[in-house]
Amino acid sequence: MPEAAKSNSESQKKLYHDMLLIRRFEERAGQLYGMGLIGGFCHLYIGQEAVVVGLMGAAKEGDQQITAYRDHGHMLAQGIDPKSVMAELTGRSTGLSRGKGGSMHMFSAEKKFYGGHGIVGAQVPIGTGLAFANKYRGSDAVTLTYFGDGAANQGQVYESFNMAELWKLPVIYVIENNQYAMGTSVARSSAETDFSKRGLSFNIPGMQVDGMDVEAVQAAGEEAMAWCRAGKGPIILEMKTYRYRGHSMSDPAKYRTREEVTEVREKRDPIDHFGKKLIERGVVNEDDLKQMDAQVKAQVVAAAEFATESPEPGLAELYTDIYA
Amino acid sequence: MSTEILMPALSPTMEEGKLSKWLVKAGDTVKSGDILAEIETDKATMEFEAVDEGKIGEILVAEGTEGVKVNSPIATLLADGETAGAAPAKKAEAPAAPAGEDHKAVADKGTEKSQAPKVEVAADPEVPEGTEMVMTTVRDALRDAMAEEMRRDELVFLMGEEVAEYQGAYKISQGLLQEFTDRRVIDTPITEHGFTGLGVGAAFAGLKPIVEFMTWNFAMQAMDQIINSAAKTRYMSGGQMSCPIVFRGPNGAAARVAAQHSQDYSAWYASVPGMKVVAPYFAADAKGLLKAAIRDPNPVIFLENEIVYGRSFPVPKLDDFVLPIGKARIVRPGKDVTIVAYSITVGQALEAAEKLAEEGIDAEVIDLRTLRPLDMDTVLESVRKTNRIVTMEQAWPVCSIGSEVCSRVALEAFDYLDAPPTKVTGKDVPMPYAANLEKLALPTVEDLIEAVKAVTYKA
Repeated sequence: MPEAAKSNSESQKKLYHDMLLIRRFEERAGQLYGMGLIGGFCHLYIGQEAVVVGLMGAAKEGDQQITAYRDHGHMLAQGIDPKSVMAELTGRSTGLSRGKGGSMHMFSAEKKFYGGHGIVGAQVPIGTGLAFANKYRGSDAVTLTYFGDGAANQGQVYESFNMAELWKLPVIYVIENNQYAMGTSVARSSAETDFSKRGLSFNIPGMQVDGMDVEAVQAAGEEAMAWCRAGKGPIILEMKTYRYRGHSMSDPAKYRTREEVTEVREKRDPIDHFGKKLIERGVVNEDDLKQMDAQVKAQVVAAAEFATESPEPGLAELYTDIYA
Repeated sequence: MSTEILMPALSPTMEEGKLSKWLVKAGDTVKSGDILAEIETDKATMEFEAVDEGKIGEILVAEGTEGVKVNSPIATLLADGETAGAAPAKKAEAPAAPAGEDHKAVADKGTEKSQAPKVEVAADPEVPEGTEMVMTTVRDALRDAMAEEMRRDELVFLMGEEVAEYQGAYKISQGLLQEFTDRRVIDTPITEHGFTGLGVGAAFAGLKPIVEFMTWNFAMQAMDQIINSAAKTRYMSGGQMSCPIVFRGPNGAAARVAAQHSQDYSAWYASVPGMKVVAPYFAADAKGLLKAAIRDPNPVIFLENEIVYGRSFPVPKLDDFVLPIGKARIVRPGKDVTIVAYSITVGQALEAAEKLAEEGIDAEVIDLRTLRPLDMDTVLESVRKTNRIVTMEQAWPVCSIGSEVCSRVALEAFDYLDAPPTKVTGKDVPMPYAANLEKLALPTVEDLIEAVKAVTYKA
């Protein structure tokens, strides 16, 4: 195999691996939640894996990510240790936020992951500010600012669009349209359901992307990154995706039919779909995928063990990290 | 008969201004809408238009005159057929100060409201003895603090509505755009929620934003970003993330701007862990504490006061005057009663203390300067000496800064108290517009004197 093709096959395998890691991680998190080991709100990313993995495949060192509370996948895709993410979910001292943030509030200054924000839409102006700082410093880093179809109806999103275009900030607004804002479908909540058009009145271009196809996401990401790095300002990527699980762990999901979910899982699942493609292309065979699955499972089991065996934070932690 | 053209009030708080330039001269015919003069207030230079038609009779106040009081006659307007020099209907009581060197004297007289009461103020122990002091307005002290910090640290920038081209809605950022360019002095759209969040993001990325709110009333639109994003993220990230940002602007009542534009937010912000809250009164504190706030690695709420912007106080002439956040100051030592105030009420407290002294009551006045962290050590030490405490603030009485101070005193110095801890506050009502009701809603020097007499049993 020539070098270029080999590196290409490695990067394809990595896309598959990272999606699988998120899927298995989230399944395990759901299980730990059911066992009472994870508390509060816990929002799983299952079904949407191709979005963040494809975009990370297009990003380069120094690019930043910020999202809302459905954030585990973003961290894993950015290379943050699954152990520290899982230990944060269980509220342990070894967690990414030393147990003080939980599922919705995690950060990694080192990996350029800026949260993990619990208030719908609040991450959008903050992400715009990260991009402002990049421009201020003359860096060519791009900020991936993720939000959902629900957050897309928050006013501060449009305040951000206006400033981002006005000041030509290098920010990609990734609208993860999973079709439901908690229990309210896009059709019931949005006057304009084509979210790629939401920047039109600010002159921000937008693209609709099949968010279940990791390579389509990656290609769109590369195009958007080039747009931003060329100093052309912000751009919107609407990712048409789907979440299989409820909004959070306590969602009975009465707002959609089981058939609807099953159909997406069977026909459009990002991982199955891409796995088949890799086999067809001869990049991997069935056994390779099985082996990868076993390795990922083992990694997730180790993370879960770490997260349940680590101690809770010391009581003195109550009063630390309030002020610098 | 000629009519008088009067000095106009061009802002809610304006009581006097500078007649910078006449655009008409005696004998000119004017009609309504013609620009008569340029008038400089403490906020801006404005054009003054004619309302009535006629011929300018006499210019009563020369251009360049400062400190011209609102409603004083500045020219006369002749009716048809009259000639210049005809006696005006009413004699001009003038300041009518001549242009040139003498006009400063007029400005210095000031007015009761916009000028600080002339009282003794104890020296700040933070200022080295023998330091040269320069009379500076609070407005200029704030500007100097920002300019000095921006020169010192390239990561510091200022953003807000009208901070750049307009030179600041209250002229606080005057001249900064010219020195630091539009890269670092940034006019935002009217988008508080958006630019506050943007500022927080820039701070997460290591810049040091100063976010100006035209007034704190507008910051309610941005409350989620201030509290949930700026104040809590360090904690939620286990100490990984930092938010070195200053939010500043005028707080509290201005004059006649009614309920939605007159509120003291001190207690709101001071209740939030992760936040520091500063509310200075004197120009030196405004400068030294704003410099400290800009250098502080935490989010800082910096509460100014519009009425105080134009007041002049001595500011130490030092290359780098930075004060510690979190330290109150005894601005008048005394032994009979402790008066605790912050921001504009410090001026009222000092005035009350002077009057009380005439009646034999020796009040100690503490300027809190910082509301979070609250310097209770200074307050408690004072109460242990005087055995009485009265707090004063413009805010509403329920859950106020005074409520907090009084409760802490009751808990921590109970045995020293000879009278109940007492609060003087604004009334428990939205701010009314009518002048008489507005006056009634705000705490006065007399209210404070009455409260002090009650706790010293001299009432």
